[in-house]
Amino acid sequence: MNKKITGRAKSCVTHVFLIIFAFIQVYPLFWLFEFSLKDNSEIFGGNIAGLPKHWRFGNYVTAFFKANVIKYFLNSVLVTGITIAVTLIVSAMSAYAISRMIWKGRETTLKIILMGMMVPIHAALLPLFIILSKTHLLNSYASLIIPYIAFGLPMAIYLFTSFMESLPKEMEEAAAIDGCGIYRMFMLIVFPLIRPAVATVSIFTFISSWNELMFAVTFINKAEFKTLTVGIMSMVGAYTTKWGEIGAGLMIATIPTVIMYLLLSEQVQKSLVAGAVKG
Amino acid sequence: MQKILSNKKAIALFLFPTMFLMAVFVVVPICMSAYYSLLDWDGIGKGTFIGFQNYIDLIADERFLNSVKNSLLYAACSLLIQLPVSLILAIIVANVRRGEKIYRTTFFIPVIISSVVIGQLWQKIFNGDYGLLNAFLSLLGIPGQDWLGQESTALAAAFIPNLWQYIGYHMLIMYAGIKSISPDINEAARIDGANKVQIAWKITIPLLKPILQVCVTFSLIGALKIFDLIYVLTGGGPFFSTEVPTIYMYKTIFDSFRYGYGSAIAIFVIIECMILTFVLRLFFRDKEKY
Repeated sequence: MNKKITGRAKSCVTHVFLIIFAFIQVYPLFWLFEFSLKDNSEIFGGNIAGLPKHWRFGNYVTAFFKANVIKYFLNSVLVTGITIAVTLIVSAMSAYAISRMIWKGRETTLKIILMGMMVPIHAALLPLFIILSKTHLLNSYASLIIPYIAFGLPMAIYLFTSFMESLPKEMEEAAAIDGCGIYRMFMLIVFPLIRPAVATVSIFTFISSWNELMFAVTFINKAEFKTLTVGIMSMVGAYTTKWGEIGAGLMIATIPTVIMYLLLSEQVQKSLVAGAVKG
Repeated sequence: MQKILSNKKAIALFLFPTMFLMAVFVVVPICMSAYYSLLDWDGIGKGTFIGFQNYIDLIADERFLNSVKNSLLYAACSLLIQLPVSLILAIIVANVRRGEKIYRTTFFIPVIISSVVIGQLWQKIFNGDYGLLNAFLSLLGIPGQDWLGQESTALAAAFIPNLWQYIGYHMLIMYAGIKSISPDINEAARIDGANKVQIAWKITIPLLKPILQVCVTFSLIGALKIFDLIYVLTGGGPFFSTEVPTIYMYKTIFDSFRYGYGSAIAIFVIIECMILTFVLRLFFRDKEKY
């Protein structure tokens, strides 16, 4: 009887501890939501942590249209979308050649590609800047999309090859007997089979390119091509003291990721762990 | 089947895009960086070849040494604060009976958010006049500070958001590792009379070693490469007190136009990361022998 009570007390303490921690992880974001709906007179008037007295959704309208966040948002969608699509196709093809097809040196090739995961992007920043400026690609969508793909490939190939290695070969063998060629086999048989890995790679690529800052800040300075990360940085510069509008801008940049996360939380967690540990 | 899979043309076609993109946008740039680091070059005209002079200058450059010191301090904080907290959380969450999924999902939220948002948000939390932290401290009667604006507190304040953001990430990796340990082992230990702390210390943590290696490597390398959050939070200021090598590199290249010197810093960061990875591998291998 006594043991039962102490057990229950212990589990209570654990939950309190975990709840406090969950609060620390989430409250700053909730606070962001709060001040994105306030105006300066309210924040500077002392209502720092409380709920807004008037819910000023106008901040969002200002951020979206006046501060041009809608343009940055669409740019981010475009850049991220193309990056994901191309990364998926290119990495799936290479992963298939490496994990299934027969040729000398495939293991060495894989090792070399995977070394790319170790390369810090900082080391390529200046050379890429020079290459892009010589080819007149600075201030274009391509100046972000191409490096994002190149630096995303090693991880994508890693995820695809480990998935393909666990895949049975029967389907492909049957297709081969039916006289299916390699290209049709890849598109009609293999691609549908690797769909779970496609989700993993997409999520991984989405998070890294949607949030990328260093390349975006360096390669883009025209408002026309700015993605959300750079755009928000310049918006902060222009609206320095207007917390509400800035908060709204930050919320707009965050909401898509959070919605995607809440819808697919298990899948997202699995994907990001798979990036770290084989599995 | 054999014949189809040895189709040389298809293999070449499948590999070409990857090879091309990685060669042109990853391998060539790294080599270019290495070459630039041997030049005295302002980006205009041709640089002069000066051998290892940039590296020799780096060793004597106090601003550089300070930035390295900062990044090492941050690495130490990751190792001594972030990872232990993550590990404790992972063990607790893995053993909790109810709400496991909710906790996991909540802890992980900051990981997916852009560093620009995290940085801006924490800048406001640390704000000297209207910040959340000072508002909270004033309730306790503690006077507020301009956390990011003064040298004495800026470095610690710049680290906290970084540590905060990735705790959920490391927790999740460790959690996945703990869940993959067979429950039979824990069961056997419990029958032998081990309590929860003993099980965690003597069974879970030793079995988690490969996962811990991943986490240690990730968090230390991440610390040495840290850029985004510092760039948004302080830009390296005030008076270089939060500057790390990548920030110094960025400013040397794009503000002072010293392309050669900046590239030397970039190469330094790569080498630093490579050495660290290697050392960690040795360290964890040795441990496994016992």
